[in-house]
Amino acid sequence: MASYKFLASKSSWMPILTRHVSKSYYFRTAQLSCSASMYEKDIKEYKAPQTEATTEVKKLKRPPFGKNLFLGKFDTEVLAFPEVLDKERLQMLEEMVAPVEKFFEAIDSKKIDAEGEIPKETLDGLKALGLFGQQIPTDYGGLGFNATEFSRIAEITALDSSVAVILAAHQSIGLKGLLIAGNEEQKAKYLPRLASGEWTAAFCLTEPGSGSDAGSVQTKAVLSDDGDYWIMNGNKIWISNGGIADFFTVFAKTPVRNIAGEMEDRVTAFLVERSFGGVTNGKPEDKLGIRGSNTLPENVLGEVGAGFKIALNILNSGRFSMGSSGAGMLKKLLGWSAEHAINRKQFGKPLMEFELIQEKFAKMATTIYAMESMSYLTSGMLDSYEEPDCAMEAAMVKVFSSEAVWNCTSECLQILGGLGYMKDYPYERYLRDARILLIFEGTNEILRILISILGLQHAGKSLADIVRKVRNPTANPGYVLKKMWRRFRRNPQNPRLDLNLNYYLHPNLRRPSELLEKRVLQFEIAVENLLSYYGKEVGNKQMDLRRVADIAIDLFAMTAVLSRSSRAYCIGLRNAEHELALANSFCVEADLRCERNITELFGGDFVTQDLAMKKIAETIFQNKGYCAEHPLKQNL
Amino acid sequence: MSLRILVGVKRVIDYAVKIRVKPDKSGVITEGVKHSMNPFDEIAIEEAVRMKEKKIAKEIVAFSCGPAQCQETLRTALAMGADRGIHVEVAGPQYETLQPLHISKMLAKLAKDEQIDIIIVGKQAIDDDCNQTAQMTAALLDWPQATSASKIEAKDGSLQVVREIDGGLETIKVKLPTVVSADLRLNEPRYATLPNIMKAKKKPIKKLTPKDLGVDVSPRIQIVTVEEPPVRLAGAKVENVDMVVEKLKALGHA
Repeated sequence: MASYKFLASKSSWMPILTRHVSKSYYFRTAQLSCSASMYEKDIKEYKAPQTEATTEVKKLKRPPFGKNLFLGKFDTEVLAFPEVLDKERLQMLEEMVAPVEKFFEAIDSKKIDAEGEIPKETLDGLKALGLFGQQIPTDYGGLGFNATEFSRIAEITALDSSVAVILAAHQSIGLKGLLIAGNEEQKAKYLPRLASGEWTAAFCLTEPGSGSDAGSVQTKAVLSDDGDYWIMNGNKIWISNGGIADFFTVFAKTPVRNIAGEMEDRVTAFLVERSFGGVTNGKPEDKLGIRGSNTLPENVLGEVGAGFKIALNILNSGRFSMGSSGAGMLKKLLGWSAEHAINRKQFGKPLMEFELIQEKFAKMATTIYAMESMSYLTSGMLDSYEEPDCAMEAAMVKVFSSEAVWNCTSECLQILGGLGYMKDYPYERYLRDARILLIFEGTNEILRILISILGLQHAGKSLADIVRKVRNPTANPGYVLKKMWRRFRRNPQNPRLDLNLNYYLHPNLRRPSELLEKRVLQFEIAVENLLSYYGKEVGNKQMDLRRVADIAIDLFAMTAVLSRSSRAYCIGLRNAEHELALANSFCVEADLRCERNITELFGGDFVTQDLAMKKIAETIFQNKGYCAEHPLKQNL
Repeated sequence: MSLRILVGVKRVIDYAVKIRVKPDKSGVITEGVKHSMNPFDEIAIEEAVRMKEKKIAKEIVAFSCGPAQCQETLRTALAMGADRGIHVEVAGPQYETLQPLHISKMLAKLAKDEQIDIIIVGKQAIDDDCNQTAQMTAALLDWPQATSASKIEAKDGSLQVVREIDGGLETIKVKLPTVVSADLRLNEPRYATLPNIMKAKKKPIKKLTPKDLGVDVSPRIQIVTVEEPPVRLAGAKVENVDMVVEKLKALGHA
């Protein structure tokens, strides 16, 4: 079953409240419901939404980059780092950055964290600046940002995590459904109010019994007897902006007649105004981090929307900006830590002269560089491709960035030592806030499975025939022999580099580009092996799926850093040499990670710990916990 | 009243940037350095916009003189609420030797051409700290001046201006047309909002040369050398008061 979780934090939930509400404000005809049945089926149909194009540039028809990696097909077009914004648009964006930066410098994040509330003046300021309507088209009073512009501003808004979550809950998910699937009338009615911030939006999917597995929502909606309105019952939890929102996108099960003519419950999305009545909140949660964002249990009614696909669509399209926002935050943190390392002296010399500190900074900068590159490559694809299919890339950005933010923030705190642990410094707050990134908008575990399933399905379609024959050698002896011969010629340990990726990059990047190329070719073999070995069963091999996803993420990241640094060097940006060093260093590290994952995929149970780990886990669950005897125990 | 206000905005190195001198001591490093609008000029624009909001003024013209990037500064002014911009392009070595007198001449000429009632400028720019432009413009036009204003009230055909002077406040009344320079406490400038930045794109910026205004900007001065302020020398600790006195005497201070 499909599984999605989103803006969440800590637990506790409210009992159900029941009421029926309101006339039908929306078109019943606009209603699209779809089955929440098979995970695969639903994502297969998913197409990333087109973000609003603000400049009329002809869009390119390109194949899905990440998915094609699973087939060993590498779109070399991607090695030309996208320049989405024309000169004028870029200049305007830079002008917009200045006041937003100024505004965020003045926000007292420490106070917000301590009091668990964002002051009204801050919220009003955000609204006045126009930040509540970033991706809403200008015709509806928004700023009409494309994905790239949205990413750039997200770098700044991430400086206060609570504000970032309010903004994300509002526009990345809360009103996204309306943007993607709303009809003209709905848009005209709600978007202007949402753009100005007069209304705040929230997205209501998670329920007490339905977290990652979003298809299992229990909230029910039925049409009233006269067919005039919907009656919705249920409760939602961990709804970011839940307490302050006036507009909700709610997911509920509705009875729908299926093809066979039977009634069956399907997920439908509804737009609900608080003013419909019957909506109650519980008290805000006491959370680990993002304490200024208001998260609470919900209960709603209303009608119309789409359904499960829309939910996935919304979540898939919201993820790409986590890369740039995380990078924006880390760049600030890295700067502060660097200042500390320069000034703080121990053993008679400043911290910056110690190798272990230097290593930390280098690794962090490399990671940030990769985050930025992946994020802007993805937003570039979203903006310049025709019908972009970037669900996989967005998920990769999210997984990589959330873990990078968590690790790097922890390293920055470590550099400060004991000071970093103190509440007087912002490090511990950023660390607490960072923890949610690995959980919400799809847990990283679920997203890794999503990445590999999307890719394997894509590969499976092309490989279906081959795999079928290979799995039945006696019926296809000639074919299998041919295949074996080809495989024999193709040395999996050291494949012949015939993609010539270095043709598309600056010659200085030849070595890292060869590392990437080798892993791309090996990845193709690994995917093919995996599919022929497991067939449809592959969907249950989560440990292998994890490896597949990690390789795919590293390949995408390597591609992004190479593409970006090559461009920077060729056009002569300031510190381009440094960028080459960052890209090179990242590729070497990523190559090592890929090596291990590929070796394990090639070697299977002979080299992995998978079986042993499963066994250990089994014993733990049998004993309901840790069951090795205490080290002091003796056989008396 | 329906006044027309001309506001001078200067593009300067951002206040938060640490200034570095060029190795050849010919000036300060400006390449790759963040620039923004002179903070006092932001206050001037804000005051003009408030006058427009109070329906005292009907049009605000923002003026900037300097290299092509001054357009960005003008855009900020437009985003804050000015109606149109005038950019007088002066670049390169000519810009380095440009003096407040040149700017004053340009402002004076524009004030006549555009039928301006009030000129507002920042009392000084944070890069050269000249504090001359308002005064000289008033002189050239033979208009009254109200410098270092910390409060402005419009009263039929005149302005009542509170000025910050040494040891207190001075309230003066000036007849229109007039030249005002803005002090720090006049107001708190607003943020340019993002929708307004977008709208500002559509507002016109007229491009002129000094020649169009009949101003000769050929250099009258020559920059001999620009140097960093001396680095503060490390101090020394003394044990007691007697030793302080002793040290001071030794250094010839007492």
